[in-house]
This record gives sequence, C-alpha cells and structure tokens, in this order.
Amino acid sequence: MSAMIGLLIPLEGFPPGVNSFDSKPLFPELGPSWYWVNNHLIQAVIATVLVIGFWLWMAREQKVVPGKRQFFGELAYNLVRNSIARDILGHEYRRFLPYLLALFSFILVNNLFGEFFLFMFPTFSKIGYVWGLALCSWILYNGAGIHKYGLFTYLRKATLPEGVPVLLWPLIIPLEFLSNFIVRPVTLALRLFANLFAGHLVILVFVLGGTLLLESGQAFLVAAGGMSLIFSFAIFALELFVGFLQAYIFTVLTAQYVSSAVAEEH
Amino acid sequence: MLPLLTPLETGSEGGIGVLLPALPELLIGIVLFGIIWFVAAKKVVPMFEATYAERTAEIAGGIEKAEAAQKQAAEALATYTEQLSGARAEAGQIREEAKAQATAIAAEIRHQAQADSERMLASAKAAIEAERIAAMHQLRAEIGGLATELAGRIVGESLESEERAQRTVDRFIAELEAQPEVSA
Repeated sequence: MSAMIGLLIPLEGFPPGVNSFDSKPLFPELGPSWYWVNNHLIQAVIATVLVIGFWLWMAREQKVVPGKRQFFGELAYNLVRNSIARDILGHEYRRFLPYLLALFSFILVNNLFGEFFLFMFPTFSKIGYVWGLALCSWILYNGAGIHKYGLFTYLRKATLPEGVPVLLWPLIIPLEFLSNFIVRPVTLALRLFANLFAGHLVILVFVLGGTLLLESGQAFLVAAGGMSLIFSFAIFALELFVGFLQAYIFTVLTAQYVSSAVAEEH
Repeated sequence: MLPLLTPLETGSEGGIGVLLPALPELLIGIVLFGIIWFVAAKKVVPMFEATYAERTAEIAGGIEKAEAAQKQAAEALATYTEQLSGARAEAGQIREEAKAQATAIAAEIRHQAQADSERMLASAKAAIEAERIAAMHQLRAEIGGLATELAGRIVGESLESEERAQRTVDRFIAELEAQPEVSA
C-alpha cells in the first residue's frame, strides 16, 4: 500500500513536520555549493514554463471572434484584467496588468502543484519563494507611488492621512508607516505561506497517518486509517480551493496596495 | 509500537527560523517571476489587448457603418419625398395653367363670336336701312305719280294749271312725310 502511494506521493516519513518541507538536492555529489539546485527549484521552473506556455498558447493566432481555445484564454485573462486590475486600479490598470497577470498565474499554478500527483507539494510552502513575491509587490506599489508623487510627497501621503489633527501626528505617522511599509508585505507573504504550509501539513497528516494506520494490522486502526484516507480527498478539494483563493487574494491585495499608493486621496 | 508516537526529531529547526528565507529560493523565485512578468508585459498582454482593441474597433466600425447606411436611406427617402411633392406641385400648376388657358380661349372665342355677330348684325341693319331708304325714294316717286294720276282721274278736267297740280302733290307728300314712319 505504502509502495503504491509512494509512487504518487513523495512520502517523507512520519510524523510530518518542518522536515517534511525540506528540499532534496538533485546533485548531492557536487557538494553543498550545488544544494540550491533542488527538487522544489525544478518544480518552480516547470511552473514558470507552464505559465508562460499557457499564456503564449492562449495569445497566439487570436481572432476577433474567438474560438474555444481563445475563449477559455480570454476567460482566464479577463479574471485578472477586469475583475482585479480594472475594478481596483481604474483607468491606470493597463500599466500594472502584466504584473498582476504574471503574479496570479504563477501563484495559482504553484499552489495547484500541491494537489498535482507528480509534485504533491505547493512551491509557496517554501517561504523563500513567498518572500520573493512579497518583495516584488512591495517594490511595485512603493515604486508606483514614488513614480507618481516623488519620494517625499509619497512618504507624506502614505504616512499621514488627510485631516488628521496635529496632536495625533506622533501617533498616526508611526502607525501608518508600520502599516504601509512593514505590515503589508509581511502579511502578504505570511498569509500565502501559512495557508499552503498548513494545508500541506494537514494533507500529510491525513495521508501519511492513514497509510500508517492501514499498515498497523489492527482492525480498529485499519478502519480509522481508511477513514483518514477518505477524508484526505475532502482536504484535497479544500486545498484546491485554498490554492486558488490565496493566489487571488495575493493578486487583489497587491492591486489594492498599488491603488492606494497612486490614489489622489489617502 | 507505532511510529505515530515517535517524538519529533530533536534536530528539526522550529520557531522563527521557519519564516526565514533561503537566499537561493528568494532569488530564484524573483527571477522566475520576473521572466513571467517580462513575457506577460512584452507578449501576452499586448496580444490580448490588440485583439480587444480590434474587436472594439470592429464593433464601433459596424455601428458606424450601420448609422451611415441609415442616414443614406433617410436622405434618399427625403429626396424622393421632395421630388414627389415637387412633381405633384408641378402637375397641379400645369393643370391650373391648362384650366386658365382653356378659360381664356373660351372667352376669346365667345368674344370673337359676339363681335362677329354684332358686326354682321350691324352690316345687316345698314343694308336693310339702305334698302329701306332706296325703297322709300322709289315709292315716293311712284306714289306721287300714282297719286297724281288718281287725283287727275278723280278731279278730272278740273285741274287746269300744271303749277297748281304740282303744289297739291308736294303738299300731299309733305303731309305723308309728316306722319310717323310706320313702315320703317
């Protein structure tokens, strides 16, 4: 049983813990300086290729009256273009659309890898990748604000809302600074990371634990193991939803931050 | 003993360390995302937007074309109506003119006929008058002779003097003339 599941899911030993998320170097014989080339890196690269391939395939040979392929592509494209970028950013959405499109599709594909049998691991439960995206978004929305208003005006607008009495300035300015420049990127990263980390952990508990229980040989524990495996399907379904939701939230919040950075009124 | 109950490995890192990124992952994540961003910005989004722009243009063009056709049709209708009403007016005018002309012609003819008849009447009257006068002169001479003869016969030989007889006849004629001209 474990051998069969092992083919589909890279079992990492029990109990699952932080170690379950360790990357495996692909060329351990080359020494520690090559450890960074690991299975999760390959996974991220494959995700990149898939995303780029998907969009190029959807974008090629477009016609004014779309066919099935193009219709599907436009459906996906419009989710980001109309529901996220245009609704939040208004008439300036076109400039930020490529970023948001890349962000959403990259996160979504990597999240779905958590439920995809070859990988069975969401790339963004490795926090390094998450910090990278959060850093990009942080640079994007601050850059957009500075580009529009100049450094000083942007900082004033970002830290001091209109109409605050002077007496409250010592309170408001540090709070706003903390909120806009530190809490935003950190929450952005931690939300994505924690959701996928925890989700993957729950899946590991259900699947690995269920497998162990099935192999225990005691009737009651075998039954419990079967139940555990059956429940794991519900968890998988939930994780599919969470993966989509987190990709969406990360993108919407990035757009929201950009919008507030370039907004006329803070 | 189930492996379920084995404690966590003592060597596993925990706490805040979980949240610290491995530098290669951070950089690789940014690079991969940057590549996708680049492709999206240079290829995917422009291609989609070009299609959308084309679609918008086509729809707008179609609407414009339809509007132009509608306008043309309205213009044609206006021209046609105008021509029709013009033709109608012209026909009415021609009819009026014809009527007027007919009236004029009839009046002229009537006038001419009247003039002709008047002229004929006048010439007839003149001829009659001339004939009457001629007849009267002739009658006067004849009546004088007849009367003289009659009177001679009646009076007989009582009339000696030629002169006297002539005077009597003249008086008689004068009396006749003094009477109203019944015969005229």
